[in-house]
Amino acid sequence: MGNKTDKEGAMVTLEGGGEPLLSVRNLKVHFPMDEGRVRAVDGVSFDVQPGQVVGIVGESGCGKSVTMKAILRIVEPPGRIVEGQIMYHSRASGEAGTSKVRGTIDLVGLAPNGKEMRDIRGAEIALIPQEPMAAFSPVHTVGNQVIEAIRLHRDLSKSAARQLAVDTFRDVGISMPEQRIDSYSWQMSGGLRQRAMIAMALAANPRLLIADEPTTAIDVTTQAQILRLLRKLRFEYNSAIIFITHDLGVIAQMADYVVVMYLGKVMAQGPVDDLFHNPLHPYTQALLRSIPSVQSAPRVKLPTISGSIPHAFNRPKGCPFHPRCTSFMPGVCDRDEPELKAVDGRQLVSCFLFRDTPEVANGQA
Amino acid sequence: MLRFIMQRVLLMPVLLVVFSVIVFALVQAPPGDFLTSYAATLASSGSSIGETELQALRQTYGLDKPIYVQYLYWMGNLLRGDLGLSLEYQRPNAELIGERLVLTLALAAFSFIFTWIIAIPAGILSARHQHGPIDYFFTFFNYIGVAIPNFMLALILMWLGFSVLGISVTGLFSPEFEQAPWNLARVADLMKHMWLPAIVIGISGTARLTRVMRANLLDELNKLYVVTARAKGMSEWKLVLKYPVRLAINPLISTIGWYLPQLFSGSLIVATVMNLPNIGPLLLRSLISQDMYLAGSLLLIYAFLTIIGTLLSDILLALADPRIRMRG
Ligand SMILES: Nc1ncnc2c1ncn2[C@@H]1O[C@H](COP(=O)(O)OP(=O)(O)OP(=O)(O)O)[C@@H](O)[C@H]1O
Ligand code: SF4
Ligand SMILES: [Mg+2]
Repeated sequence: MGNKTDKEGAMVTLEGGGEPLLSVRNLKVHFPMDEGRVRAVDGVSFDVQPGQVVGIVGESGCGKSVTMKAILRIVEPPGRIVEGQIMYHSRASGEAGTSKVRGTIDLVGLAPNGKEMRDIRGAEIALIPQEPMAAFSPVHTVGNQVIEAIRLHRDLSKSAARQLAVDTFRDVGISMPEQRIDSYSWQMSGGLRQRAMIAMALAANPRLLIADEPTTAIDVTTQAQILRLLRKLRFEYNSAIIFITHDLGVIAQMADYVVVMYLGKVMAQGPVDDLFHNPLHPYTQALLRSIPSVQSAPRVKLPTISGSIPHAFNRPKGCPFHPRCTSFMPGVCDRDEPELKAVDGRQLVSCFLFRDTPEVANGQA
Repeated sequence: MLRFIMQRVLLMPVLLVVFSVIVFALVQAPPGDFLTSYAATLASSGSSIGETELQALRQTYGLDKPIYVQYLYWMGNLLRGDLGLSLEYQRPNAELIGERLVLTLALAAFSFIFTWIIAIPAGILSARHQHGPIDYFFTFFNYIGVAIPNFMLALILMWLGFSVLGISVTGLFSPEFEQAPWNLARVADLMKHMWLPAIVIGISGTARLTRVMRANLLDELNKLYVVTARAKGMSEWKLVLKYPVRLAINPLISTIGWYLPQLFSGSLIVATVMNLPNIGPLLLRSLISQDMYLAGSLLLIYAFLTIIGTLLSDILLALADPRIRMRG
């Protein structure tokens, strides 16, 4: 297993000091299509600390879901990780848990359907997909699918796994879990289905939960309940969460740390308070400007900023945001690509308006 | 579920009565009756039959009575379990139909098994390796299977069997077993002959089913529940077989019941070419000679098999798909 921890240790870790649970470095996922190469993810880097909630925002099509699929190594063909590292720091030995992996592993180096990756998938890193209706098989009971998830990673008898599934159902606030576990997903309401989905993701007690827009398909009241549930479970299960959403209000409620993506790249990242109260990057500023106040309008969807998102095939040369940027500097922004740099010690920003801060080493190659 | 089956079973006699009226009307529809065509046959072979004799025969068979009387007479016999007498063969219809029906059903079962055993795995492999060599390989054979008329295939195979292997592959029995009573040796002989016609009859269905399975599975493979299963850490083959394959097969289950009636009528040319002693040729013959009670009985059995087939499809689909079972 890869032991690149020492080298990676030089990376800027702005959150705490401990070793991150997950380090994504310069990740590139491309889709070679007949029409051309779609650079869905084009050099993304961020860290997730143990127990941290990292929110990922960005307009539709900026590569959020593809990044998550890459982490789970389930990018569908012809998509391929062409570059980068996904360092996963597994549970320290001795720590209670069911982990079969030890040490720091570069997930990019694993075979996507090999045993090692499958031991991580579901057990260490679990996914809560966007649409719980379509995410369960309609011809298998929900219990069948949850119990299966448990037994894939834990050496439990059927009845013990069933008991665990019932307990987890109760944890996520499903009433009458003994009965509900034998129903089909289409017999449940939207909120119930999403709870069942969360239960399935939590059942193997993962250390990292990836929630890809977990509340878009359900009504507002239920959304609020689900968010409350996720906040509560985060402490009970002590898992880190990557939370993807279009909704800046949800980010403000949920996240400790925010990553702002644009056209397959990270534009800015930093602790939620810094990013919201002192946005440095022109794109972050534009995002925040277009909603009056995060507090007063917590349900505002990611607003459309003036100008349209360029098509994935012909991304602009230089800074991808330059055709829409109000601070655009001709001859600079459209020539070279800015790199993600630490600015003012708290945020990382990818923009030519900011110079390297020499004190903080920049890990980006 | 039980209620649903009960309803359908209770509806069956009603449907059969309706069908019997239609069938009888159809069989009676062509001008003339059995004796007209009988006289015509005699005339064409040089002999003839007197008008008085014809009248006498008409009375014997009750062909001079009004149609509804004939129908009631036929129905009355049917209810007593008597399929009547074949006018042409002068033998009980039950006897004529009996063995042929068994052989037809056996052939149906064989070609069904052949079709599914080949088509489902081929469809799965094709879909899993979409646009790969395996997919192209199956696609090639599928087009051939659909394009070649099955009687042609029968002729080609018969010719190959005769010229290369030196065996005669027509019929379902070797000559020495043709008229033999049923015993193990005869069954074994039947099995030896059954596979070829079963394949010939099943080949185009296999090709079509492979295409449908491939298309269904390709649809299902893109569904979110497949991503969920993958994200759980299931192995690829296990998850494909448990989830998308199961859902891709569901719509096909409702076609299972169609095999019975299809084989009854669809394999006529193959049956004629390969000299198969099944129902098809008998039905054709009885319709040509206006052997109305035989034709009527055959068509009614056909209707019965269609109803049974549809019921079977519905039951199987309900068993396989909880959405139908629990809502229906
Ligand atoms: N299977 C695929 N084949 C080709 N291109 C793809 C595929 N999946 C994603 N892409 C492309 O990758 C880019 C990023 O897609 P992704 O689904 O990650 O966006 P997203 O940020 O999750 O958007 P949304 O907020 O709408 O979910 C898009 O331009 C999309 O067209
Ligand atoms: S690099 Fe230039 S174009 Fe890009 S965000 Fe910064 S100022 Fe705007
Ligand atoms: Mg997405």
